[in-house]
Amino acid sequence: MRAVVVGERALLVELGSGGETEALHAELLRRRAAGALSSVTEIVPAARTVLLDGVEEPARLASLITGWEIEPLHARVEPALDIPVRYDGPDLPEVAALWGVSPEEAAEIHAGAEFRVAFCGFAPGFGYLTGLPAGYEVPRRATPRTAVPAGAVAVAGPYTGVYPRTSPGGWQLIGTTDAVLWDPRREPAALLSPGTRVRFVPQDPQEAARDVPRGVGGR
Amino acid sequence: MTDRAFAVVRAGALTTVQDRGRPGHAHLGVPRSGALDPYASALANRLVGNPADAAVLETTVDGCAVRPRCAVTVAVGGAPCAVRVDGRPAAWGAPVRVPAGAVLEVGRAVRGLRSYVAFAGGVAAEAVLGSRSTDLLSGLGPAPLRDGTVLPLGPRPAGAAGSDAVPWPAAPGELVLRARLGPRDDWFTAAALRLFTTRAYRVSPASNRIGLRTEGPPLERAVTGELPSEGMVLGAVQVPPDGRPVVFLADHPTTGGYPVVAVVRERDLAAAAQAVPGTTVRFIPVR
Repeated sequence: MRAVVVGERALLVELGSGGETEALHAELLRRRAAGALSSVTEIVPAARTVLLDGVEEPARLASLITGWEIEPLHARVEPALDIPVRYDGPDLPEVAALWGVSPEEAAEIHAGAEFRVAFCGFAPGFGYLTGLPAGYEVPRRATPRTAVPAGAVAVAGPYTGVYPRTSPGGWQLIGTTDAVLWDPRREPAALLSPGTRVRFVPQDPQEAARDVPRGVGGR
Repeated sequence: MTDRAFAVVRAGALTTVQDRGRPGHAHLGVPRSGALDPYASALANRLVGNPADAAVLETTVDGCAVRPRCAVTVAVGGAPCAVRVDGRPAAWGAPVRVPAGAVLEVGRAVRGLRSYVAFAGGVAAEAVLGSRSTDLLSGLGPAPLRDGTVLPLGPRPAGAAGSDAVPWPAAPGELVLRARLGPRDDWFTAAALRLFTTRAYRVSPASNRIGLRTEGPPLERAVTGELPSEGMVLGAVQVPPDGRPVVFLADHPTTGGYPVVAVVRERDLAAAAQAVPGTTVRFIPVR
């Protein structure tokens, strides 16, 4: 772990892995809930870093934080959020080919994984979900689409995401959900926030990959 | 019953509703937003007896015109400009009484870029996540004004209109931005860091509420790899592949994948909001 002072009142903590990053983020939320870090206005996890903004004495916190004992991330007790999905995305065949399986099997692999929101960004309500096993990383599309519809379930790199509203995007579209990812009139506005556990549930059991034999392909 | 609202007669190039923004939601990908020149918007509010965080109009370059449906005290501040009520000259930087149905004309900025129009009671557009600010990056908050838009006003403030002797910071002839190097200064060559801290840049016309773009010597990277996206702060000086520094302003994205060479002090950013394209920019390293 390495902590770098950013400007006058912020601190960027760099970590060795996504798992360590999620663990530090959880630790920071625990400490804030317990009344510490009272001046901190933002705690922003990302791929390999956590940014803290509004830190009174960033240099002092930088020297303290690297000595913290951080509880490793463990499966949390609260149930996962189920997001219904139809695996009907236009890039599903291409993703399946990259994985070396049929589209039906690709849908089953995706629906069988347990996801966690590692961090948010790009647009309000857009979460970067980790949980696909190693080896399932896929590249972004060579040419991004100018308009990806709201509710598109997509994969890129090690991440899965759901587009909260119509926007340009370069991720591979594998499905569609009717879940509303972002509604500023709802409390909370964002369906997904860092740390949320997520499962994708095939919406139509007839069409879902359920009947396909398990254990085929992989990788 | 008094209709506490105003209609937009001339929206101008870009006029938005702004208050202090919506900090605290960056982890959800929500920019902070808010008035780019928070000192000017707070002063304008003070002149009409509003709390400093009341919502105001922020104009860009060529002002705007509005027709209040009720008599209301207004104040125009920030970038200096001509102010007229039904065609008659009125004071800039001071409380002005606008009769019901009269047109308040906020003229083109004489210096600087952004004028602020405070109304007694504040602009009562619908709040989103605790703020009435228009966020141009993610589209939150009220839409930018259009001709014919009608916006409500809040109840008359209890406080009296403030002093008319408030000091207005002048638009900068040369924009001096004090900046602390890092967190990714080690991604640039020593020569690039020398250029960054010693050479003059110019404000690019492509600047907006998201960032102040600059033109000048490109900064050469020492590390050519890709940086995983990381959290971004207000004032971050991000360097995209073209090597020209971009200073992040209120509507900046909450995460980004280009290295941040330095972070500008927050109190210097109000001047950045008023720097017209072509203005000389100097980055002064501070600790």
